[in-house]
Amino acid sequence: MGTDRDYERLMRTEGPSVRQNTLAFNEGRYDSVARLDDYEALKSEARAIKEDAIERLPDLIEELREAVAEQGGHVYLADDAEDANDYIREVVAERDADRVVKSKSMTTEEIEVNEVLEADGVDVVETDLGEWVLQVADEAPSHIVAPAIHKSREGIADLLNERFDPDPPLETAEELTEFAREHLGELIESAEVGMTGANFIAADSGTIALVTSEGNARKSVAATDTHIAVAGVEKVVPSVADFAPFVELIGRSGTGQDITSYISLLSPSNQTPVVDFADDETPLSELDGDRDFHLVLIDNGRTAMREDDQLRETLYCIRCSACSNSCANFQSVGGHGFGGETYSGGIATGWEAGIEGLDTAAEFNDLCTGCSRCVDACPVEIDIPWINTVVRDRINRGADESAFDPLVDGLTPDEEDSGSPPLGKRFFGNFETVAKLGSATAPVSNWLADLGPNRWFMERALGVDRRRDLPEFRRETFREWAANRTSATAAVESVDSRVVVYPDLYTNHVRTERGKATVRTLEALGCEVVVPPVRSSGRAPLSQGMIRTATDHAEAVVATLSEYVAEGYDVVVVEPSDLAMFEREYERLLDSESDALSSVTDRTYEVLEYVYGLVTQRDAPVDRLTGPGDGHAEAGPDAGGTAAGGRSGDHPGVVYHSHCQQRTLDLEAHTVAVLEQLGYDVATTDVECCGMAGSFGYKTDYYEVSMDVGEQLRGQLDADGNRDRVPVASGTSCLEQIESLIARRPTHPVRLIEPGDR
Amino acid sequence: MFADALERVGVTLSRTSAATFEATITDAVDPPAVGVPLTGTPVSLAETPVSLDPTPAELRRATTGVTPASLAVADYGSVALPCRSDGAELVSLFVDRHVVVLDESAVTPDMETAFERFAESPSDSESQSGPESRILATGPSATADMGALVQGAHGPKDVTAILVED
Repeated sequence: MGTDRDYERLMRTEGPSVRQNTLAFNEGRYDSVARLDDYEALKSEARAIKEDAIERLPDLIEELREAVAEQGGHVYLADDAEDANDYIREVVAERDADRVVKSKSMTTEEIEVNEVLEADGVDVVETDLGEWVLQVADEAPSHIVAPAIHKSREGIADLLNERFDPDPPLETAEELTEFAREHLGELIESAEVGMTGANFIAADSGTIALVTSEGNARKSVAATDTHIAVAGVEKVVPSVADFAPFVELIGRSGTGQDITSYISLLSPSNQTPVVDFADDETPLSELDGDRDFHLVLIDNGRTAMREDDQLRETLYCIRCSACSNSCANFQSVGGHGFGGETYSGGIATGWEAGIEGLDTAAEFNDLCTGCSRCVDACPVEIDIPWINTVVRDRINRGADESAFDPLVDGLTPDEEDSGSPPLGKRFFGNFETVAKLGSATAPVSNWLADLGPNRWFMERALGVDRRRDLPEFRRETFREWAANRTSATAAVESVDSRVVVYPDLYTNHVRTERGKATVRTLEALGCEVVVPPVRSSGRAPLSQGMIRTATDHAEAVVATLSEYVAEGYDVVVVEPSDLAMFEREYERLLDSESDALSSVTDRTYEVLEYVYGLVTQRDAPVDRLTGPGDGHAEAGPDAGGTAAGGRSGDHPGVVYHSHCQQRTLDLEAHTVAVLEQLGYDVATTDVECCGMAGSFGYKTDYYEVSMDVGEQLRGQLDADGNRDRVPVASGTSCLEQIESLIARRPTHPVRLIEPGDR
Repeated sequence: MFADALERVGVTLSRTSAATFEATITDAVDPPAVGVPLTGTPVSLAETPVSLDPTPAELRRATTGVTPASLAVADYGSVALPCRSDGAELVSLFVDRHVVVLDESAVTPDMETAFERFAESPSDSESQSGPESRILATGPSATADMGALVQGAHGPKDVTAILVED
């Protein structure tokens, strides 16, 4: 999908503030969730509450209506934005209100109620400081929790000084906050209507929860006599007791606070007296709490999302922003780049597809690379990459079929059955065919691909950026190599493992050396190793949203591997993105109850994870592997280059960048442990993603974003203390990205440890 | 644990008994101070410099507001502020300094217990037509929207908790 968004401008103007703030949020999140007794159990509890509530939603809404009505409040169920706005206009007009003060609410952004009320001559004031800054600046939020995250303190000071001309001019965050507090405080105290969102709503009591920190939502309700709460229907849960896990998770997941300053639990019968602040006669206790309460529940596509087996999960979202903060691409471009009409970040694809439609989601959906760093961060366990994949698949199916070039169709035989993805997507998605042809005709294919006119054609027709080096196909594939050799299993009494090394596309056709190193390593540790013909994982088509094609791959892979597993083989995978495919996405593509699938995934390991198991649990002879003092006899194209020579006694240590999906699967530690056991001094990076993310970084539309994300990794690899270390990475994409970022040649960890000629 | 949590979230803790309450509260407030009845505690504001049941205008002139908490969550340092017809929500909010008074028996261990209590006894105050509204407050109001974390956004800049012990 092409895009006309100006990422370069966003990265330059908004990226630095967005990155700085999201990284701070992430750091807070890691620290804060670590303080919980059982973070995983709390997330599962929250998830279960949402699953149940969405399942029973119609009944809960009915129960809620009754509870609110019993207390004299009103519930209005609005079909869409216009319906909601008409109702709100009516309430505001009936109150004869001159001013509506608002606390932060994404749902009111969704229905654009401010514009509607302003057209009626009502003064609408955003009182959340971030939202107010944006109202003054006439800009849209760039983050669902911290709406002005893209603005620096200096930028805010300039804006307010220009607009309000305060004397002396504002400069510090304290001065800016104090000015806003005074300015907005007066506006709040003389307003008639307070409008809020609702983070959670209890069906049995009508109680709404507002999660805030500034106190503006409290003031907007307490200082006015009419409270309008606007929320999506998905916010309803059975009872106030169900709020607890969300209250514990929402702040931690978003801005990294254990809890925000205020959780307002407001019932429709809120007794707080309605006051006129000029009144110096009547004591508070003699004023009545006669406050009108209107709960406007918005459907706006949500009922259809609830019926949609793939989009339903989106409704569990509590809008915490963890998926934005944990996303490398979001950190670079912010929500103005990675976002739709209202929502931003990874989950926005689900929201925008459900509320606005596929066209809106298509504008930013490709920024999700499926790196999966948001998966562990989501407090309600939504598989956000999967939602992005599904929506991409739907966008593809809606794409214009007349745009196909029959000449290139030969390269992309797996046309999806109804509607086809755009040509570029099919090229990347059918990389298996490309790789087979590439190896069969190497090295000629490599020379041809690199010729100027061909690169021009690839960029124009397929969207492959000219600035990227193309993968270099090997004439002899990894499998051919394995078939042509006699195995050399070392006699080891304690180990009797039989292992299938999965010949993933890249290991088989491009980075064959790491496959060979895997075989040598496992054999040295006493394993009997085979490299059978197995279909490619389907990662390539899946990342282009070609679900049908990916499913074909999944079926073939599981059929083959399950036969080996039945005969007692373990499966070792070199490429982390393929391992993640087996462990995560195959459950989606295949019947998740499938015995064949679970038999395979139960016995599948990442290569260093497997080595770790052999060494720590089965006493495999680790001394047969290469440590820092041993040195390699040979140096292949993806060996460590000059620095990785490992001259005895003065090894510079390694700096390891774990693959994003590998980290989501908690498999970074195994590699680090094996390297350390062998005596390597290991430093690690902590960037979410290298930026390449499969085909993403090859695409002309995203080359700049990919390099901006990569720049963070470069900074860490070249930082003081890391500059002389051998760069090590597990993923193909990461290795390619690192090659383009720094002068040192990176290597796969198994290349570092494979037995030398001794 | 409650004391540690309060310290972490930037709330000053004063421990007192019924006998020493008057001196403690006098110390804690920055005048002019207003307040509402301290329901759920064995102490009263009657003999203190805190003006009970203020008018709205008097509240606006006040620097300190004194209100009770019906419950506290030990591991978070959170206090539950009831929103009642006495105007406690206004008195705890439209001031620069909030002084919250609670009995030690109001401290519950964790969030789950607190929300079970909220759900079980939704209306634990006087004549109510429905469940009680409340604010679970943790530390002073704060914002990070102006380029750095600032304590004291729209609400109180400064919070003191007075724990009444036997």
